[in-house]
Amino acid sequence: MDLARVLSIAISMVFVNNFILSKFLGLCPFLGVSKHTKSAVSMGLAVIFVMVCSALMTSLVYAYVLIPFHIEYLRTIAFILIIAGFVQFIEMFIRKNSPPLYRALGIYLPLITTNCAVLGVTILNANTFFASPGGLAAGIAYSVLQALFAGVGFMVALLLMSGIREQLELASVPRAMKGLPIAFVVASLMSLAFMAFSGFRF
Amino acid sequence: MKKLFGHFIKGVGRENPTFGLVLGLCPTLAVSTSVANAIGMGCAATFVLICSNVMVSGLRSCIPDRIRLPMFIVIIATFVTMCELVLKAYFPALDKALGIFVPLIVVNCIILARAEAFACKHGVAASFFDGFGMGAGFTLGLSIIAIVREAAGAGSFFGARFPGRFEPALMMILAPGALLTLGLLIGAKQMIKGRRGR
Repeated sequence: MDLARVLSIAISMVFVNNFILSKFLGLCPFLGVSKHTKSAVSMGLAVIFVMVCSALMTSLVYAYVLIPFHIEYLRTIAFILIIAGFVQFIEMFIRKNSPPLYRALGIYLPLITTNCAVLGVTILNANTFFASPGGLAAGIAYSVLQALFAGVGFMVALLLMSGIREQLELASVPRAMKGLPIAFVVASLMSLAFMAFSGFRF
Repeated sequence: MKKLFGHFIKGVGRENPTFGLVLGLCPTLAVSTSVANAIGMGCAATFVLICSNVMVSGLRSCIPDRIRLPMFIVIIATFVTMCELVLKAYFPALDKALGIFVPLIVVNCIILARAEAFACKHGVAASFFDGFGMGAGFTLGLSIIAIVREAAGAGSFFGARFPGRFEPALMMILAPGALLTLGLLIGAKQMIKGRRGR
């Protein structure tokens, strides 16, 4: 594996192409769960975990089932089924084996199925790493890495946002702008700040 | 007939997906860079909404309750794949502009929400109009945001440039502009609502 490429994937996914702030993937949990820092951390960890696992499974299926049979156009159906099934399985597993963890993550897990960031990263993987003829194994490894860093970027944005929103509770905001509107304006300013990272060149 | 029309109006007005229910934000913000893209995305989502609503309500008596969500997702994903292939074959430019957000229609919360909340409890005709109304409301919300962003960010409307000297603010068609526009529009809606309430 190429270290330079790994580094470029990391910086690109966490800062330059941050999933929330520059690609608009996963906005619903970003707005729904960013009211308190604590729940933001739990949600971020859950998303990283689900993203990495589903990236591994979808890229395996894509590389060894869909590509050999030339049915790449079925990837949307295949990927969403894998993700939904996996999330359901994890939920059952955690409920059985670790009740405290289930209480901490419980409500967030079903939300993750319809989080477009998870399906987004798997489709992005299929588009970027398997489009050109190359080693399938390398494609799978890069897919998992890209998912890991995309999840980290998601968590960074979620954590920053939750810190700002906790402070925002104390600020006096015009009545019409209370709640969602001011959260969007804050997110817009954050996204403006993250745009500065796009000056990085590789 | 009047009742069916009511299902249609509800989606455009009171329960507008973008401004009322605040659902399906990711595609709303990502593809509203130009009015043409917004309408293309709106039509694709409307097609999927109508088809999945009709299909779900037609099959509602034979879908077992416990596995209904996976079934809904498979139905939706099928129509999204059809939509994706049609776009690739006949509208390659639009497909390129919408990019990853075409397959992501699957996880657009509006579609699953309507299947779960409306289509699996109502008849085929009512579901058709509900899907049509929600799709139209989604397209409308998307177009309003796109009109503001395209005017401020590119200085044009539907690709036609405004006459006279006008320096567009590039920020508005990039990511921050989308969030700012949506925030201000929802704020404006709440202000109007508050005035009317008093």
